[in-house]
Amino acid sequence: MGKYIIKRVLLAVLTVFVICAITFFLMHAVPGGPFNREKALSDATIAALNARYNLDKPTGEQFLLYMKALLHGDFGVSLKNGREIKAVIGESFPISAKLGLSAMVVALLLGTVFGSTAALMRNKLPDRLIVFFSTLFTAVPSFILATLLLLVFCIKLQWVPVWSATSHNYFLPVLALSAYPMAYITRLSKTSMLDALSQDYIRTARAKGVSRFKMIFKHALRNSLIPVITYAGPQIAYIITGSMVIETIFTVGGLGSKFVSAITNRDYTMIMATTIFLAALMVIANLICDLLYKLVDPRIKYD
Amino acid sequence: MSEKLLSVQDLHTSFFTDAGEVQAVNGVSFELDPGEILGIVGESGSGKSVTAYSIMQILADTGRITGGKILFKGEDLSLWTEKQMQGFRGKNCSIIFQDPMTSLNPVFTIGDQMREAVVLHTERRGAEADARVMELLELVGINEPAKRMKQYPFEHSGGMRQRVMIAMALACEPDILIADEPTTALDVTIQAQILELIQSLQKKMGMAVILVTHDLGVIADMCDNIVVMYGGRICERGTAREIFYNPRHEYTKGLLRSIPNVNNMKKKLVPIAGTPINMLNLPKGCAFCPRCDAAMKICLTEIPEELVINEDHKASCWMNVKAAYEEVAGQ
Amino acid sequence: MQLDLSKFSPESFVPATEEEKRQQDVMSESTTFFKDGMRKLFKNPLAVLSITLLAIILITIIFAPMVVPYRYEEILSVNGKRDKGAKNLAPFTYSEMEQKYIENGGERFPHIFGTDEMCRDYFVRVIYATRISLFIGFFASIIVLIIGMLYGSISGYLGGRVDLIMMRIVDIIYSLPDMLMIILLSVVFQEVLHFASGSLLDKLGTNMVSLFIVFGLLYWVGMARLIRGQILSIKENEYILAARSIGAKPSRIIRQHILPNCLSVIIISTALQIPSAIFTESFLSFVGIGVKAPMPSLGSLANSAREGLQSYPYKLIFPAVVICLIVLSLNLLGDGLRDAFDPKLKR
Repeated sequence: MGKYIIKRVLLAVLTVFVICAITFFLMHAVPGGPFNREKALSDATIAALNARYNLDKPTGEQFLLYMKALLHGDFGVSLKNGREIKAVIGESFPISAKLGLSAMVVALLLGTVFGSTAALMRNKLPDRLIVFFSTLFTAVPSFILATLLLLVFCIKLQWVPVWSATSHNYFLPVLALSAYPMAYITRLSKTSMLDALSQDYIRTARAKGVSRFKMIFKHALRNSLIPVITYAGPQIAYIITGSMVIETIFTVGGLGSKFVSAITNRDYTMIMATTIFLAALMVIANLICDLLYKLVDPRIKYD
Repeated sequence: MSEKLLSVQDLHTSFFTDAGEVQAVNGVSFELDPGEILGIVGESGSGKSVTAYSIMQILADTGRITGGKILFKGEDLSLWTEKQMQGFRGKNCSIIFQDPMTSLNPVFTIGDQMREAVVLHTERRGAEADARVMELLELVGINEPAKRMKQYPFEHSGGMRQRVMIAMALACEPDILIADEPTTALDVTIQAQILELIQSLQKKMGMAVILVTHDLGVIADMCDNIVVMYGGRICERGTAREIFYNPRHEYTKGLLRSIPNVNNMKKKLVPIAGTPINMLNLPKGCAFCPRCDAAMKICLTEIPEELVINEDHKASCWMNVKAAYEEVAGQ
Repeated sequence: MQLDLSKFSPESFVPATEEEKRQQDVMSESTTFFKDGMRKLFKNPLAVLSITLLAIILITIIFAPMVVPYRYEEILSVNGKRDKGAKNLAPFTYSEMEQKYIENGGERFPHIFGTDEMCRDYFVRVIYATRISLFIGFFASIIVLIIGMLYGSISGYLGGRVDLIMMRIVDIIYSLPDMLMIILLSVVFQEVLHFASGSLLDKLGTNMVSLFIVFGLLYWVGMARLIRGQILSIKENEYILAARSIGAKPSRIIRQHILPNCLSVIIISTALQIPSAIFTESFLSFVGIGVKAPMPSLGSLANSAREGLQSYPYKLIFPAVVICLIVLSLNLLGDGLRDAFDPKLKR
């Protein structure tokens, strides 16, 4: 087991390194350097940037110096407003984290409940309703859903206040962000519950005289959760990219919306640093999920 | 006459699928005495497993008993509620299945699953229950029971898993043990071990055993009485000796003919012609008619009635009626 | 004897003929796997509904531009003069200039979906946007299919060391964050790539090229794994062994035995891949790095409709509904195909 963990961790580190390299060299592939693009930059700023980013040195060396700085927590400065990116990430990431984690938990809990209910009441009304809504919500792009929610509940009906520096209302953003994963998990857990219920070991449990309730909630449920947990990795990736959309629409000041404005403003240093940060986050999250998954399913061999 | 442990009377079971009604069991009747070893033999699709599942009422959702009675110690099981059946299953009657690989829950330890069987039907809890589990594991010949209890099913071989299934089934000392093709999924050498185990446990504990199989060899060794099934109906039933040495149904004769004889290697194998029956569309007359060499006109249209051959033997084949008829006519 | 023998006559015991026996033996119809699957598919009302919807959409986007006289990038003008008043018209209304034109006897095709903020007919733009989105979805899926199939079949068939290495590479690629890579590439390519003016690629813009590149580099891994899994399980099957033992060449084996079995998996996977590509493109449009203007895509139309949403909600609704219909139909079709053709499902 230990050997397996080490292998996975090394693989994760390698992946992050590859991502850093790809990001860095791509950014520097822009001719004339990304840092000379904006004519609005004063010479002083340019000089400061050159010094900060070692732009006078050969690219390879620049990369190593950048990596070294990263490892020390130095993410560089934003091209647009000169702020330390580390500070920007520091203040905006907690909001995104709160939003993202809430959405994940909601999606997982409600999705499993709905999916199992649909499986148990197969072909009856609850099942049909659940299937209808879950199919619908896997077909609506998140930004459309978010826009509509904003329009209806914040602006027209005014039931929920719009996000501002003082009023942090997570309800609508979490709802909008969790819609797609919840729908997906609902369908997934329905299928896997039906699959588990059709297995031989359920027949054995019944033959032992186990009550119907225990049969479902003890024997079938644990097995049916396994595919759902496997989905946790891609779900995290979705939450991270989805939060960019949700945060922008609901004007939540999280890292996602900062990333989107960096793209719009061609703030290359910000783009670079945030990409690496988010990518590293995804890789680490995937790693944790993988290890957790091995814990839940005792059948997995540690290769 | 002492009360029969189990008396199945004219049982009918069907599955209601998208494709139509599959009549898996059509009028099956037999009896079981306490301590008797009964073998039910037939090919896939003959309805033998469905008969067993009907007794335990563990049919799939689409299955239902559509007629007949199942009397356990005089009471009709087919009328019982689910709660009553839950008390019956595992306690009065247990079943072990064909594939031990998939019949055990992969995410729970052996100990967990066996403890469940003990806790469900007895008063034992905690350490007492664990002690009973280890006792059972030893009974079926699994050594180091304390260690095994903490392991998962996938860590064991097929033979071991089947032993665990047997141990689980016997946890509450049931009156009847049903073994549904217990050795089909196992290697030949292990097959013999498992059968021996069942036999010795039966002697020790005295329960009745219903052994469901397609393998005549298995039946011959162990069973007191045999029921031969085809197409959801009983072809003939009687003591093992009668069935083997005096078969009175064309299907049974065909089965016996197709067994390779080790002592006579030169003899050509005689298979039964044709393919197994389509249970969605049963023929009007005898189910075996299309494949039968001796089929007569009456076989096409009339289901054979059960005839008593002698005290130990009943058969449902028109050939017997023909023989009787000719005997009378010849007088 | 318990039986009343008098009810029988000698005729009853005459042997039955082969013909009579055969009549008794009613076997179920034999069908091929394909026929059986298609039959199941068309019994499924949702699948039939989605096929119908998709057909309607396809027919509309092919034939509608022949009927509607406006072009997607065309800024409306009356009698050669730019019609500034034709901004954000509601469906089926005309601008002042147009109304005067009609009063004077001119004919003007109605604006079925109204107009957008740049005085362009919205219906045509939605039609073209649908074309583009479907094209992108389809093309991306083809890329994924071809690369994934090649990679997966080679890896699966060769097995051993080669398979091991190839799958390790897949693992690394699998853990790369695709969306971030697309964004990165798009941002870079915008400055770097230039296409011949007027060509399709130029009209689509560099962002779509980055999308296709990333699809080609990253997205095929799922398909490759699927194909490899199929091949591995089929390889073990006896009929491959049988084919080899009669001397069939590997390529023939792949073509005749392996691919048909993979076919259902491939079709289902592709049907579900298209909506995924459409979503990706919508997302990119949202972030501002989608299809290049003035070429519309469903995502970019929905995105630009966000401004002025309160006053002109229809601008969001039309493209939103079309996206939902397309994605819904493809998802339902994919589900229906899986239910009908996947042999693993116990029915």
